[in-house]
Amino acid sequence: MTLHNGKLLALCVVTVIVLFGLQFVLPPYLTLALTRILILSVFAMGYNMLMGYTGLLSLGHAMFFAAGLYAAGLSTYYWGVTLPVAFVLGIVGAFAVSLVIGLLALRTQAVSFMIVTLMFAQAGYLMTLQFTNITGGDQGLTLPTDARSFGLFGMVVDMTSDTARFNLALLIFTVVLAVLFAITQGPLGRLFVAVRENEPRTQMLGFDTYAIKLTAFTVSGTISGTAGALYGLMFGYIGSSFAGFQNSIEALLYTLIGGPGTLLGPLLGTAVMTMLIDRLSGITTAYLIVIGVLLIVVNLWFPKGILGTIRDRWLGWLK
Amino acid sequence: MTLLRTKGLSRHFDGLKAVDGVDFALDPGEIRAIIGPNGAGKSTFVSLLSGRIKPSAGQVFFEDRDVTGMPAHKRVRMGIAYTFQITNIYGAMTVLENIAIAAQNRLRPHLFSRKPVSEVEIARAATKAAQEVGLGDLLYETAGTLAYGHQRLLEVAMGLALQPKLLILDEPTQGLSDSEIENFQEVVRRVAQSATVLLIEHNMDVVMALADRITVLDNGRVLAEGSPGEIVHNDAVQAAYLGAPA
Ligand SMILES: Nc1ncnc2c1ncn2[C@@H]1O[C@H](COP(=O)(O)OP(=O)(O)O)[C@@H](O)[C@H]1O
Ligand SMILES: [Mg+2]
Repeated sequence: MTLHNGKLLALCVVTVIVLFGLQFVLPPYLTLALTRILILSVFAMGYNMLMGYTGLLSLGHAMFFAAGLYAAGLSTYYWGVTLPVAFVLGIVGAFAVSLVIGLLALRTQAVSFMIVTLMFAQAGYLMTLQFTNITGGDQGLTLPTDARSFGLFGMVVDMTSDTARFNLALLIFTVVLAVLFAITQGPLGRLFVAVRENEPRTQMLGFDTYAIKLTAFTVSGTISGTAGALYGLMFGYIGSSFAGFQNSIEALLYTLIGGPGTLLGPLLGTAVMTMLIDRLSGITTAYLIVIGVLLIVVNLWFPKGILGTIRDRWLGWLK
Repeated sequence: MTLLRTKGLSRHFDGLKAVDGVDFALDPGEIRAIIGPNGAGKSTFVSLLSGRIKPSAGQVFFEDRDVTGMPAHKRVRMGIAYTFQITNIYGAMTVLENIAIAAQNRLRPHLFSRKPVSEVEIARAATKAAQEVGLGDLLYETAGTLAYGHQRLLEVAMGLALQPKLLILDEPTQGLSDSEIENFQEVVRRVAQSATVLLIEHNMDVVMALADRITVLDNGRVLAEGSPGEIVHNDAVQAAYLGAPA
């Protein structure tokens, strides 16, 4: 395989190196904030796969985040499986949920697709409340102490250590970034973009666009669920608010701000938005209004987001 | 063996019989022109062949296989390529990327190929198709910003990159300059050495220069069929079509 977007790869490598270095200069509370940003940007990167690259706007990605969160969290909470096993179960759970929901939701288009994904997600959210005796519902569940660390290759990794959490989050982020680079910058990614730009034409060039969309949907949901599994295990808490509508909207927001259809957009969008939300919520309780206004402004004047605008104006390879 | 055959092929739009019981056969290797006045049903007819729209009645056979119920993308895989009358390209992508999607379908037909062809190979095939229609200098232009004639040629290049058995061209010379038409005729002659060409064309000079046989459609029905010489001297055609001032 030859590499044809070397510039983007270089930028990704530099980004990961800079992120790694940040832990040595940032104060602890910012390292913790960055840990959250990394995990949530994996969530947004999954979302971006579907919305940015393939042009399918889902309003229900919290359901995949929650699928990973619950599959991982519940299996360690009830069955006492080790964290790495729970993490894998989280990914498998998210994969299964996104494949099944994809098979159903992709029979609809555009607005009805948005509504159908939203309905499925709301059904999932209500289920987490319905089965409160298992999930802990609104209150959630706090993972027991023995689920707060794990041994790997003779090392003990402690999930209450900021350093361990940060580097683990960075590791997963890097793996997901590499996988998404391989997917989006190669032949498969070309088909995702082809569907986004002109689906009927893509059919007439001999491609089964339903299969392409289902692939994008499943990859997207699985990656978002990976973020959920990581989040739950790392912070030792699972609760139904993660399955709620607001979580879906945040993935959309991060992606829109950073630049839909750009590989690094979700990271940038998540960083900017979580920092902003943290600041604003300290100042005013009405911060959601500010976010809403910002969303409208971005949509009107910068529909391509930060990196998307830079790509269109100056750097064509930033995709 | 016929390459493509239709039996009683029809498509109605509400009351309108756009295509009305057409029996049609195409031999491998020929260049066939379909002519007929505006609204005769030519575009609808070839859309039925490609599977882009579904027939109200009748059947389509490709290589003696009934493909009537087959979705369009599978027909493309079987070797039926269709270029749109109203240009239908990826406007935001470059010329090269547009053709690369078509080339990829041939070189890497499965989504998860075990033996992936390299991007270089796809790019090379796409470049070659672009050069064949004379777009070799515009590879990195954004397709949507091209002149109309160039967009038409891009459509043709996308069809070529599929290396089809049957290439369907719907009014490909519309909006082309004389020199572009000249070049286009060369392209079709070259393609015809390895593929069958079905050409809807208004420009009678192009039809006469290229076609082995001509089918005349009128009101959704086949009015006449024959060699260019026979068609020119057919009275019914004269009356319905050729006689009318262009
Ligand atoms: N999608 C459609 N809906 C309704 N009527 C259509 C549609 N497509 C074509 N027609 C009608 O069918 C007839 C044949 O159209 P068309 O096949 O485009 O003719 P041609 O290509 O020979 O000019 C025309 O009267 C046209 O208005
Ligand atoms: Mg027409």
